[in-house]
Amino acid sequence: MNLRAVRAIYAFEMARTGRTMLQSIVSPVVSTSLYFVVFGAAIGARIPEVEGVSYGAFIVPGLIMLMLLTQSVMNASFGIYFPRFTGTIYEILSAPISYFEVVLGYVGAAATKSVILGLVVLATSWLLIPLHIAHPVWMIAFLLLTAVSFSLFGFILGLWADGFEKLQVVPLLIITPLTFLGGTFYSINLLPPAWQTVALCNPVVYLISGFRWSFFETADVSVALSLAMTVLFLAVCLATVWVMFKTGYRLKK
Amino acid sequence: MQPILSVTNVSKTYASGFRALEHVNLDIRRGEIFALLGPNGAGKTTLISIICGIVTLSEGTVSVAGYDIGRDYRKTRSMIGLVPQELTTDAFETVWATVSFSRGLFGKPRNDAYVEKVLKELSLWDKKDNKIMTLSGGMKRRVLIAKALAHEPQILFLDEPTAGVDVELRQDMWDIVRALRAEGVTIILTTHYIDEAEEMADRIGVMHKGEIILVEDKAELMRKLGKKQLTLHLQKRLEAIPEALAAHRLTLAPGGGEIIYTYDTQGERTGITALLKDLNLAGIRFRDLHTTQSSLEDIFVDLVRQRR
Repeated sequence: MNLRAVRAIYAFEMARTGRTMLQSIVSPVVSTSLYFVVFGAAIGARIPEVEGVSYGAFIVPGLIMLMLLTQSVMNASFGIYFPRFTGTIYEILSAPISYFEVVLGYVGAAATKSVILGLVVLATSWLLIPLHIAHPVWMIAFLLLTAVSFSLFGFILGLWADGFEKLQVVPLLIITPLTFLGGTFYSINLLPPAWQTVALCNPVVYLISGFRWSFFETADVSVALSLAMTVLFLAVCLATVWVMFKTGYRLKK
Repeated sequence: MQPILSVTNVSKTYASGFRALEHVNLDIRRGEIFALLGPNGAGKTTLISIICGIVTLSEGTVSVAGYDIGRDYRKTRSMIGLVPQELTTDAFETVWATVSFSRGLFGKPRNDAYVEKVLKELSLWDKKDNKIMTLSGGMKRRVLIAKALAHEPQILFLDEPTAGVDVELRQDMWDIVRALRAEGVTIILTTHYIDEAEEMADRIGVMHKGEIILVEDKAELMRKLGKKQLTLHLQKRLEAIPEALAAHRLTLAPGGGEIIYTYDTQGERTGITALLKDLNLAGIRFRDLHTTQSSLEDIFVDLVRQRR
């Protein structure tokens, strides 16, 4: 195992994050605060408790997930797409490094960044709303698992994309709607029964539900199912990446 | 001695159906400077890319110091450094960071003293904290060389290293190549500047349409294919070559002041003595003479033309 190479890629990607830290940290803090002001304080004050939790607190896990998913996808996809775009990928391809190690470096860095951002959003929420986390270990576990899975998904996107447009479109038109519809701002139990069935096709529902359970011990679907679906998504992404590298898809001619 | 690099029967067909390489065989000797010449699209970059792991081969095998580039890719790739043709760099990184990154990527432990040495040798030391985007094209080229040398490779590929580089930098670049060879690095370069191959290389390979059409010691190549021209500067201008000299197939230079005689250095007889005798009989006197040997460029153009 070429651990030095993994470390080199990881450090390179983290340095890239460091250069844009202000925008990376400030913008999620600002946008999360805005969500709290609008949904938590203004509208939330008129909404009764959802499943025994105040509305302001109820949306915290969903907002963290929203941040986690979009940031994981954006970071990881840019991380691998940019060297493809500029041509510097030649160095990665000619290095004595396995595909697994390449993925470890890029996805590891993207996941790290989104976990940091997730924790920043959590800290911001803490300042604004009284919060109690029932299962901190599970909360961290869901956070890590989701960050890694969606960073992998982003990595796949970065390999697949043949232009900046696709990189933007997927988070904007797929990830964000799925997150909003996946129960960021409401419990899917509040939906009419027919729509509840539709909602269960949305993988993000399981992520948010499991994550919310780790906070409040209330969930839309069982925790075991949440965990299983998250792991399944991770496995699908891993298999896809493996096939892509095996065939040299969009990397090797 | 075992060749440091062995390309055996390698062919490449791209997904588009384009056949870029056709059963290429090539052995590179340890410590030599090998120049790969060929017109655009001859397959030089494809061949280099296959050896380095950037392009997959369709048929054949490549081994580096006895290791297969597929099975033992970790071993072979850590022995190779590549300076690509295009100036592909990370704009926002500093010179120091990007060179250190390359070293780590190739699995070498951190060694600031070595990186410092490389940067100093390439006159990049005072730019080490500059972002790459602020550097000139020539400096970027040096950065790419520094990156390729960061992991102390035994083989260095230079894909058209002096394309678009000014004269001074070109000279510097060749000094660097000579210094590397002196340290025992094997160097394989492609170039469009044939005079450079002529000046630098120990051996020369010529590629054309995906095939290697010739591999030869440079000196041997020059000797084998070299034609010489004898130019006689006449005392009196001639209107035309006299009939009596027709057998020598002379050319009269425009203006009639010079006669040019082309002969083969490999021929048993060059015919010079006979020519001089006949000139004397014809009463043609000359005040000076000189000979020129055809350059590698002439040889190269001839070779490629023959194949068309």
